[in-house]
Amino acid sequence: MAKIIGAIGSSHIPAVGMAIAKKLQNTPYWKDFFDGYPPIWNWLNEQKPDVAIIFYNDHGLEFFLDKKPTFAIGAAKQYISYDEGWGLATIPPINGDEALSWHICNELVEDEFDITICQELGVDHGLTVPMQLMWPNDDNYGGIRVIPVVINCERHPMPSLKRCFDLGRSIGKAIESYHQDLKIVVLGTGGLSHQLDGQGAGLINKEFDLMCMEKLVSAPEELFKYNLRDITEIAGAQGVELNMWMGMRGALLGDVTEIHSNYTVPISNTGAGTMLLTNE
Amino acid sequence: MSYLDDKTPIKGTIMFDGEMASLGYNLNKLCYSFNQEDARDAFNSNERAYCEKYGLTEGQTLAILERNIIGLLEQGGSIYYLAKFAGLLGLNMQDIGALQTGLTLEEFKQKLVDAGE
Repeated sequence: MAKIIGAIGSSHIPAVGMAIAKKLQNTPYWKDFFDGYPPIWNWLNEQKPDVAIIFYNDHGLEFFLDKKPTFAIGAAKQYISYDEGWGLATIPPINGDEALSWHICNELVEDEFDITICQELGVDHGLTVPMQLMWPNDDNYGGIRVIPVVINCERHPMPSLKRCFDLGRSIGKAIESYHQDLKIVVLGTGGLSHQLDGQGAGLINKEFDLMCMEKLVSAPEELFKYNLRDITEIAGAQGVELNMWMGMRGALLGDVTEIHSNYTVPISNTGAGTMLLTNE
Repeated sequence: MSYLDDKTPIKGTIMFDGEMASLGYNLNKLCYSFNQEDARDAFNSNERAYCEKYGLTEGQTLAILERNIIGLLEQGGSIYYLAKFAGLLGLNMQDIGALQTGLTLEEFKQKLVDAGE
């Protein structure tokens, strides 16, 4: 049977991709941030997961406002990154796992999550920056196969923290009912607090971010009390990307232990969290 | 009841909800086109004509021509699509932050550092 062995929370800031392209990892501005990743590389090297489920949001590459799903999931053989319009380098194609995607889709719809199923899906920095962070300088990404799960974080109305957690739960249950012996890791990307738009641009809330990171480990349900208006006020308009971390955490059905975390502020305009959880 | 029913303004923030998305649809569609290099070239060769092609209002067109980011947000622009416009202008998110808050770039960067203290 397939087994979710753990989860990784990570920022997906485009500036990180730019820093990787310019090899700035060891410069004073970036060092603390990139130092958060070697423990994750070591764990991935030891565990060698077969598949990564990646919760991310599409910032206007694949989906425009004409047809924008609240939840979408990839069911493709391969995922390609494209020009986003402002100079971030694309990355080599990422392999999918069609059979597992379809199994998850079947189970999700059975469980009343009526997701949009994508047999082609262009992926933006929300997914590509985490791929570069987890598997640096590796065009094959450690041989991992990926299943992207996209959550609308760009246009209100957006799904609640609880709903995203429940989506994760449903994906977790689907995986644990899969017949093949596979090791699965779940990634939640984005966040944490930040606001890019308006006179309120530049909002970062370190205290709230650290509280969320703690609750995500021990008591994620306690975060359900915040609606997305609250999150916008407390953690900025883009703080709603916390939803990807909720999906990630929801997928962990077992006993969860944090084995590593890091928080760097500011990275670009953002409070950047990193987290590694095991699920037993 | 939707969390969007609470219309109390959030300081410095325009919620990009259905109303704003309707208002800014053409504007965001124009900015979305900047994913394509030929669209960026077409815009650069004649900005006003490109705005007309996408059916922008005069107010939206002026905000584009004047690089008035707050004006674009107020007229239904979404920051995710405006980011593509900013990129075309050679501006990153900290430049945009400074423009919107009326701070210099250095002041805006300091604001971010202070937020993390």
